[in-house]
Amino acid sequence: MPNPTMGGRGARTAPPDRKLDMGATKRLLRYIMRYKFRFAAVVLCIIASSLVNVSSSIFIKTLIDDYVKPLLLESDPDFSGMLGLVTGMGCVFAVGIICSLTYNLIMVYISQGVLKDIRDEMFEHMQRLPLRYFDSHTHGDLMSRYTNDTDTLRQMISQSIPNIIISVITIVSVFCTMLYLNIWLTMFVVVFVLIMMRTVKVLGGRSGRYFIGQQRSLGALNGYIEEMVNGQKVVKVFCHEEKAKEAFDKLNEELRVNASSANSIALTMMPILANLGNLQYVLIAVIGGGLACAGVPGITLGTVSAFLQLSRSFSMPISQVSQQMNAVIMAMAGAARIFELLDEPVEGDEGKVTLVDVEKHADGSITETAHKTGHWAWKELQPDGAARYTELRGDVRLNSVDFAYVEGKPVLHDVTLYAKPGQKLAFVGATGAGKTTITNLINRFYDISDGTITYDGIDIKRIAKSDLRRSLGIVLQDVSLFTGTVMDNIRYGRLDATDEECIAAAKLANAHGFISMLPQGYDTVLEGDGSGLSQGQRQLLSIARVAVADPPVMILDEATSSIDTRTEAIVQKGMDSLMSGRTVFVIAHRLSTVRNSNAIMVLEHGRIIERGDHEQLIAQRGKYYQLYTGAFELE
Amino acid sequence: MVKKLMGSIRQYRVNAIKAPLYVIMEVLLEVWVPFLMADLIDYGIDLGDFGYILRMGALLIAACVLSLLFGAGSARQAAIASTGFAANLRRDMYHKVQEYSFENIDKFSSASIVTRLTTDINNIQMAFQMIIRVAVRCPVMLIAAMIMASRVNLELSMVFLAAMPLLAVGLGIIIKNGMPRFEKVFRAYDKLNLVVQENLRGIRVVKAFVREDHEIEKFDENSKNIYRLFSGAERLLAFNMPLMQIASYGCMLTVAWLGARIIVLSGETEMTSGQLMSLITYSMQVLTSLMMLSMVFVMITISRASAERAYELLTEESTIAEPENPVTEVKDGSVEFRHLDYSYSGSDERLCLKDIDISIKSGETVGIIGGTGSSKSTLVQMIPRLYDALHGEVLVGGVDVRDYDIETLRNAVSMVLQKNELFSGTIKENLRWGNEHATDAELEHACRLACAHDFIMELPKGYDTWIEQGGTNVSGGQKQRLCIARALLKKPKILILDDSTSAVDTHTDSVIRTAFREEIPNTTKLIIAQRISSVQDADRIIVMDEGRVAALGTHEELLRSSDIYREVFESQTRGGEENA
Repeated sequence: MPNPTMGGRGARTAPPDRKLDMGATKRLLRYIMRYKFRFAAVVLCIIASSLVNVSSSIFIKTLIDDYVKPLLLESDPDFSGMLGLVTGMGCVFAVGIICSLTYNLIMVYISQGVLKDIRDEMFEHMQRLPLRYFDSHTHGDLMSRYTNDTDTLRQMISQSIPNIIISVITIVSVFCTMLYLNIWLTMFVVVFVLIMMRTVKVLGGRSGRYFIGQQRSLGALNGYIEEMVNGQKVVKVFCHEEKAKEAFDKLNEELRVNASSANSIALTMMPILANLGNLQYVLIAVIGGGLACAGVPGITLGTVSAFLQLSRSFSMPISQVSQQMNAVIMAMAGAARIFELLDEPVEGDEGKVTLVDVEKHADGSITETAHKTGHWAWKELQPDGAARYTELRGDVRLNSVDFAYVEGKPVLHDVTLYAKPGQKLAFVGATGAGKTTITNLINRFYDISDGTITYDGIDIKRIAKSDLRRSLGIVLQDVSLFTGTVMDNIRYGRLDATDEECIAAAKLANAHGFISMLPQGYDTVLEGDGSGLSQGQRQLLSIARVAVADPPVMILDEATSSIDTRTEAIVQKGMDSLMSGRTVFVIAHRLSTVRNSNAIMVLEHGRIIERGDHEQLIAQRGKYYQLYTGAFELE
Repeated sequence: MVKKLMGSIRQYRVNAIKAPLYVIMEVLLEVWVPFLMADLIDYGIDLGDFGYILRMGALLIAACVLSLLFGAGSARQAAIASTGFAANLRRDMYHKVQEYSFENIDKFSSASIVTRLTTDINNIQMAFQMIIRVAVRCPVMLIAAMIMASRVNLELSMVFLAAMPLLAVGLGIIIKNGMPRFEKVFRAYDKLNLVVQENLRGIRVVKAFVREDHEIEKFDENSKNIYRLFSGAERLLAFNMPLMQIASYGCMLTVAWLGARIIVLSGETEMTSGQLMSLITYSMQVLTSLMMLSMVFVMITISRASAERAYELLTEESTIAEPENPVTEVKDGSVEFRHLDYSYSGSDERLCLKDIDISIKSGETVGIIGGTGSSKSTLVQMIPRLYDALHGEVLVGGVDVRDYDIETLRNAVSMVLQKNELFSGTIKENLRWGNEHATDAELEHACRLACAHDFIMELPKGYDTWIEQGGTNVSGGQKQRLCIARALLKKPKILILDDSTSAVDTHTDSVIRTAFREEIPNTTKLIIAQRISSVQDADRIIVMDEGRVAALGTHEELLRSSDIYREVFESQTRGGEENA
């Protein structure tokens, strides 16, 4: 049974670089060496089983020359010697079969084990990478390391490695045996094999060119299909079907021509090699036969027949090795990509200050507790081992913050702002003005270039990242849901929340209504990022998710942009009561969303150009006023 | 199913027939070679007849060269046939998709259609190639080698007959148990990929909620599952090779022992050393082809799922059919809904449009407003017949939309979809989707109406600026204005804007509406919007709520009569204060 290609969706576009990546090979070997005893056993078994295979050719020669021929001359043949040979050979074969079963079985564990190790390490490492990494790599690119790259790696470990070992062992032992049998015939075989290898190379080189052409037109066609099918509704609205067909047909034909040439060459390789093997077989018979007839010493009928067998076992593994080497080079290119990911530096975290639940006493003092109280404090261990607690109040300050995603292209300039505990702070501005960036800095998705950010007077760099983020509930612009029930998705906010708490959060977010309408209510399984839900419903769910987390500080980044204004007003009421007395940051495109904030910051090109509450800003008759009256376009 | 798919072979039929024919020739020659070899050894080498060796040698070489030519030829034909077949099939499927209605597209989802057109077709191509070559080669080889072996020595060839079922049963057991195991592995992989994909997409959520460990746990669980399933499946495969070795070594030993005895006892009359050699060669040919056959079987089974998915797409009937005697002219831009019901599921339960009964005059401007999920978009999509009514009817220009030639209808009804797409190409090319013969002056006029001309002129290459796939290099508001211009170029009788100015600022929005009123007064305009300001100057406004018309009237009338409308209005104008 062939090993099916796992998840190999879409063909790799880049042609393989024809060089073996030694660094990646060494590293991969280290993974395999975690199973060194088993691997040693595999190698031993492979050697044994290949030797057995080679010995089968000698067996026929011995049988004919040493037993059949002499027995033919006897009038009363005694078969006991021959029986001994056959049973002896039977034992040898039995050993060979056991060896090959053993190594095949052990190899399964090694290849699957190595693969699992690599896969798990890769994912774990990926979780620790900073967001910058995800910004600069497409999902498709990262996904292909889990699919295409690990898959070629699996095939290489489980097939190419044993095959190459078998081939090398076979080639060496067959070559020695041939030399031992007859040097001249050996020379002939070697010359012929060289010719075969040359053929492989020439054909391989040509097919490589065509394959690149095929991949290119495949990429073009797939891209076209994706674009058109995704825009199919527009195609229909404009009755553009005929045009769409025409362009498709052209690309399709191009692919056919390229694929046809590439496949022709690749497919003819096998029959050509096989038949060249046959030709060699015949030539040896003719030449060997001729030599035997001529009475050249050392060439017997047995020698010729042994040679015939051996020549097959010689040319086959050689063409195998050259084919397997291609697979190895491909796999190593994939392995290099995997190791590249593993070598990415992880998100640094030098913060020591942690977040704890606390009990607040009448005298204003606080003590740490294990249960949820609705009060939090920052805990810092003093050098003497004593803990110092600072109550979490939600006082967030940015002092002269500069930031750039890419060196030399600053996004924020000298941003200074205070969010006093319990305030609702809003950011308004065009796309790219830096609104989302500010919130990304507060939770340290990115680190600032200059200036400071403090949280209750503590520099956020001193706070452990996970605790910092736990203290900030964020509803993001793009809602991401996970496969699982609606309940699971809400519970993502706090894993130990009860069903009742989740439902209460959903009610608060005004999501309860539509969830009850779903076929299985809260147990409805969402698939494909909740594709069955409207954008507005997804936003309500993501608000419920953060509501169940009940965070001390909240950031709403365009959280209600797809919800109609009437529903939004209801949701806002609920959120305001949940967050009363707590700090909230709001980013919105729609001004009606931010109107009731304590302070509104208008951002332009990474600077705060206006600040104040709604009335003040309107009175200022500045940018906010223009936006509000509709004279300017956001986006 | 096979018959339907095979219909796509067409001009490659000849190649598809040549490939197996050539392969049969190749096999017959290949099988003949060991037979000739036996003669060469016995009568040539053994007897020392050099002339015979040369004669037989020449014959053998000729046979090998011929076999090489046939082999290569068959491979070439198979490549041409399989790639050609795949191209035809892909074309047929794509053309079929072009006939699909919105409902059909929704049913399959775009992603699934793309997979069927790409990955599935590749699988089918591979399987087809296997079938016309390897699947023919193996059985022919098996039978031919058996026949030749029996001609060499009937009794000894019986050894193969004994070995074959043994091997076949063994392989059968492995395949039967292996297939379901591998299917499980496939599914486990899909699940793992899903976890990674969702993780990547939601990486900000993961990090914001500090759920890295939770995600790693989820991944590990799936990863462990794959390890378990995959090892189980491969463990079974590990028996493949030893099984093959048992059969081939067994055959070799038996044939060698029995053969040698026959040679010796009969004094080389019943059988010769050369024949012994060729028998061993035949045994390998028989067993290898059996092994290959089992592989082919598995490959075909695996690709069956792809074939089924392709078949599904090809046989899907468009839910919107052309009428028999279509009306080819739309008289005017009047629209009438008569007791219209609609549901996506096609049943009376879960209706998303309930008893809509409205009549719109030609040239009227109608605003539509309503909350998330109130089916505003569904309602207007009934007009260009993107969906068909469940009950009731929709009339355009006084004629039921189902009686129109679809192209006539859709050319008269221009619609800017909510999720609108621009395609990779220049701005001009994109605009000409509306009317491919439009002159540059017409393009400019439409863009001026849609307030797009000014920003286009500011772009470095003006109307020749290249738009990236999905229009990612223009802003949301600019994209919407380009889409409106594109729709205007159709010179429609009815223009529908489905929330198409949401990213356009209110000022520009009102300029566009004024232009509509003055420049295309005879075109019926339906405008869906979230913003009251976008619809308040319309002749009439429809307020939708949960698939029903909740209210209908002018802005002033609705402020008085409709609670929903008033609430929406207030939430947008002074809603802030009471929430503070």
